[in-house]
Amino acid sequence: MNAIAQYNFAYLDEQTKRMIRRAILKAVAIPGYQVPFSSREMPMPYGWGTGGVQVTASIIGPDDVLKVIDQGADDTTNAVSIRAFFAKVANVATTTHTAEASIIQTRHRIPERGLAEGQILVYQVPIPEPLRFLEPRETETRKMHALEEYGLMHVKLYEDISRHGHIATTYAYPVKVEGRYVMDPSPTPKFDNPKMNMSPGLQLFGAGREHRIYAVPPWTEVVSLDFEDHPFTIQHFEEPCALCGAEGVYLDEVILDDLGGRMFVCSDTDYCEERREAGHRGHLAADQGEANS
Amino acid sequence: MSQEPLLRVEKLTKYYGSRLGCADVDFELWPGEVLAIVGESGSGKTTLLNTLSATLEPSGGRTLYRMRDGQWRNIYELSEAERRFLVRTDWGFVHQNPSDGLRMTVSAGANVGERLMAVGDRHYGHIRETALDWLGRVEIAADRIDDQPRSFSGGMRQRLQIARNLVTGPRLVFMDEPTGGLDVSVQARLLDLLRQLVGELGLAAIVVTHDLAVARLLSHRVMVMKDGRVIEAGLTDRVLDDPREPYTQLLVSSILQV
Repeated sequence: MNAIAQYNFAYLDEQTKRMIRRAILKAVAIPGYQVPFSSREMPMPYGWGTGGVQVTASIIGPDDVLKVIDQGADDTTNAVSIRAFFAKVANVATTTHTAEASIIQTRHRIPERGLAEGQILVYQVPIPEPLRFLEPRETETRKMHALEEYGLMHVKLYEDISRHGHIATTYAYPVKVEGRYVMDPSPTPKFDNPKMNMSPGLQLFGAGREHRIYAVPPWTEVVSLDFEDHPFTIQHFEEPCALCGAEGVYLDEVILDDLGGRMFVCSDTDYCEERREAGHRGHLAADQGEANS
Repeated sequence: MSQEPLLRVEKLTKYYGSRLGCADVDFELWPGEVLAIVGESGSGKTTLLNTLSATLEPSGGRTLYRMRDGQWRNIYELSEAERRFLVRTDWGFVHQNPSDGLRMTVSAGANVGERLMAVGDRHYGHIRETALDWLGRVEIAADRIDDQPRSFSGGMRQRLQIARNLVTGPRLVFMDEPTGGLDVSVQARLLDLLRQLVGELGLAAIVVTHDLAVARLLSHRVMVMKDGRVIEAGLTDRVLDDPREPYTQLLVSSILQV
């Protein structure tokens, strides 16, 4: 008998999973609405993705294939730990390939290739309330959501423009879901906002510390807020990925030395690797022989 | 002035538990009319104002308001959505302390623009233009538009609060001691400005003040309150020049002369 046999499948007990599934169903039924749920203690600190882990644990089955990314990367601590956690407590297959996964848990990115029909993207959310820093009272923000009073959200964007000349919010960029609820897309870069719109896959958001779950069902309209004369735009990068030469993707800056040397590489590691396997090369990529040696 | 009043208050009463806030207040307010509510501290002026502006639920009586479509509605029976919409479009509320009515952490322009954005204006250039126009009307320099009200003086904050309230073209403005806490020369400027704006825009206003000079300058009519009840009401000049009630006579004779 191995040591983990004392855990229920996927760590959480069945009653808890049911409770979370009910919250998820409600969230799917009311796109963008934050459904309260009774968040559990997880064997990891708040801020490491306890909300996402609980959502994943509630929806995962033995046949699922799980991918976990952290800032787009499959190989960072958070991603590796959560992947190992589910491999252990649910004994599910894991992958780093976006196309092979049935559930993708993510922190702060949407994979470059977007979701396919049937895939579920689970977001780890630190602060689910988009109005939080504008209106500190939770009773008031709930009322504002209920009455669709979202003028305040534009006050923030107005401040951005008056201060910086353009909308300077680059992540956690507020969106309106299906013409009704304003939602915080978690701290993903605004670069990913267009991928949420009319996505073929299901998107679930779990905020463990804040006890909230919300969702964007497949084929749902997700519109980034903006002004008529200052329309929403996504980030653009001057140069392509230094490793795979990809353009029009979200890049991370990597400092190379203390003399100002730096490179830009895909933040989505799986996407970058697949492109390199397919023979694409950026200007800093090792050549084929070296890579194989 | 129009043939129909804007606001009709009937037997309005507010108790805090068993303690009386204000009782049996009846009056009508016409469009373009400024009504001052005067009385000493604790006489129920502010309770009455907060009840009239639907900030507090009354214990009895009703307040009927003629909506823009001409229909009379009891403001306490409006749905919350309707009431909040009314409050941020057709009404204004100027607090004694500007930080209660302003967002202190966003710029002056955003403070003025907030109501516009709340009613669906989504054009930055237009919002900013309107904000600039209003800052000009309340005598705030255009180059302060991106400053936070924290960096403003008390008088500027109060003027900013007025601009923020008037930007949606309300028909009724509630003011709670609008000149309280300002020094006399700033008070004089603010009163001058208020009188001018009220005249220009044809606003109806209910002004709560303990300062009879403010009532004299701004208002057409005065209600004198004592212990939660209205003891005397009438045209401002009549009440202040020829007070009938002993208490009003006392109030008027208490004004310091220099």
